[in-house]
Amino acid sequence: MLATEQSESRGRTRFILKKVLGSLLTLVFVLVFNFVLFRIVQSDPIGSLFRGRNVPAAKIADLRTAFGLDESLWVQFWAYVRQTFQLNFGISYQSRQPVWNEIVSAIPATVALVGISAVFSAVIGTIGGVIAAWRRNTWKDHAITSGTMVFYSMPDFWLGMILLVGFAVVLGWFPVGGMSDAGSTATGLALLLDRLHHIFLPALTLTLAYLGEYALVTRSSLLDVMGEDYLTVARAKGLRDVVVRNRHAVPNALLPVVTLTAINFGFVLSGAIAVEAVFSWPGLGKATADAIRGPDLPMLQGLFLLFSAAVIFFNLLADVAYAWLDPRVEGA
Amino acid sequence: MTSLAMQRRRATAGRVLAQFRSSKPGVIGFSVLLLFVVIALAAPLLADVRELNPVFARASGNPQWASPGEFGALGTDHLRRSVWVQFVWGSRVSLFVGLAATILTISIGSVVGIVSGFVGGRLDAFLMRITEWFLVIPFLPLAIVLASILGRNVWNIILVIGVTSWPSTARLLRAQVLTVKQRLFVDRSRSLGAGNGHLVARHILPNVSGLILANATLAVPISILTETTLSFLGLGDPSSPSWGKTLEEAFVNGAMVRNAWWYFLPAGLGILVVVLAFTLIGRTLEEIADPRLGQSR
Repeated sequence: MLATEQSESRGRTRFILKKVLGSLLTLVFVLVFNFVLFRIVQSDPIGSLFRGRNVPAAKIADLRTAFGLDESLWVQFWAYVRQTFQLNFGISYQSRQPVWNEIVSAIPATVALVGISAVFSAVIGTIGGVIAAWRRNTWKDHAITSGTMVFYSMPDFWLGMILLVGFAVVLGWFPVGGMSDAGSTATGLALLLDRLHHIFLPALTLTLAYLGEYALVTRSSLLDVMGEDYLTVARAKGLRDVVVRNRHAVPNALLPVVTLTAINFGFVLSGAIAVEAVFSWPGLGKATADAIRGPDLPMLQGLFLLFSAAVIFFNLLADVAYAWLDPRVEGA
Repeated sequence: MTSLAMQRRRATAGRVLAQFRSSKPGVIGFSVLLLFVVIALAAPLLADVRELNPVFARASGNPQWASPGEFGALGTDHLRRSVWVQFVWGSRVSLFVGLAATILTISIGSVVGIVSGFVGGRLDAFLMRITEWFLVIPFLPLAIVLASILGRNVWNIILVIGVTSWPSTARLLRAQVLTVKQRLFVDRSRSLGAGNGHLVARHILPNVSGLILANATLAVPISILTETTLSFLGLGDPSSPSWGKTLEEAFVNGAMVRNAWWYFLPAGLGILVVVLAFTLIGRTLEEIADPRLGQSR
């Protein structure tokens, strides 16, 4: 007994180690890819800095030296890797502040907004999927399936525009944008209420936009499970329908949902670019939308690296969670 | 021999068509899509393209921010342009970009998937590693970065969507090719002296073509939605405005604060309906290509 447990945990450790190595390799790929994108595809960084304005040739030459553009590609690449690990992504063209500072100050707003939406959409979507599958081919199933498909098929920011016009402009129930009232000095509970008032519409938009995926995945996963013998056994034991569903069917169907949740959390940081822009929510998404207008290339580069790193990290987390939840994994 | 194969193929096509016709969602999706294709193709008959030019719109005395009751079917915008004309011509760009990007996506994905699955070995491991990397890189930020660097025109947008969204197709096709490769008729053909080119063209491709078609139809919505988002973020082609571009201009020029719903509702509804149509068609084709799916849906 003890021996099998040991080998089991060893298999698991090996699996996790393999995944960690794979993630590191992916991270290296992203670094190289990022370098290629911004230093090679974009052939004239200095020119894009001034965008057509007349600049003396001597100044351009100085800047080329300052940015290290006259060095060989290898030297440039190593400088880039060193700077990246020092979290030095350069200076934003627009704000003239270090890119990293700009990014860090935008993270909390995005994590709050997308975190709330991700949790609500996962919970509501999963419950909807369970109802749809358990009552398959009834009006409930049809309503849930087609409803989620409609939300899934519209641009998320367009849904945001409609909600904003309806509830903020016409009805005036909610503010039209931002994270807090201008010049507000509220603290404590008043501050919290003000924030909730502002976050409601963008969070509602993202929740509705994400719901569909969870509902569809849960539904098809539960339908796969529903034909299994152990459910027939559970029913034969005389268990009530609710108990069969909640104790026997759902736990076995949730595995793909857990993976989806973890992977989606990786996309959390980059998930709300257009919606944040619509509600002028001061997070990473709005920072991206603003950087596009420049284009503020150092800012875009830093954001892209951060978004990629987040996805890699949460993918790894999803794999580890999977190994934990599904004992069959160690063979893989 | 050839005529026999032809006959069989014609019979298969007939069966697929019959199955498709008997599916209500499939028929509804197809009819809606047909309507929009007709609108896009007949754009020059339905709406005067000169109306897209603000100078022309002003010269013809259009009112500014007119609601649908006051001017034409869908009112006017901040530059006095008819929203109906923008809707009709926008459908052209949105559909064109959606379809062209999908063709590129599916071509890259199919080549990588089929080569990877058919050749196997080191090439397979290498291609799948790259595919995995592209799956991990967040899709929209990558598209944004590429579009920012390449510049704003229709072809770049198509290229960006194609380059960023092929990996899932490649994976799916590789898996399918791996199962087809195990089938007896492939071994038989090889032992009769068939080369790789013949095997792929005559045995592998016909057996994965249904999957490619279903996958392509389901990829169109993603292409259209991506184009819309990129255009909304200001990366669209200014010279050929799509539905996403209309939404951007409505947003930037304050249509929302004015409650000028006629400016941003039609374009969004157009996207929603076209995307739904493609999804319905794609799911029907998928069920036909893989009958097991029918039970879990």
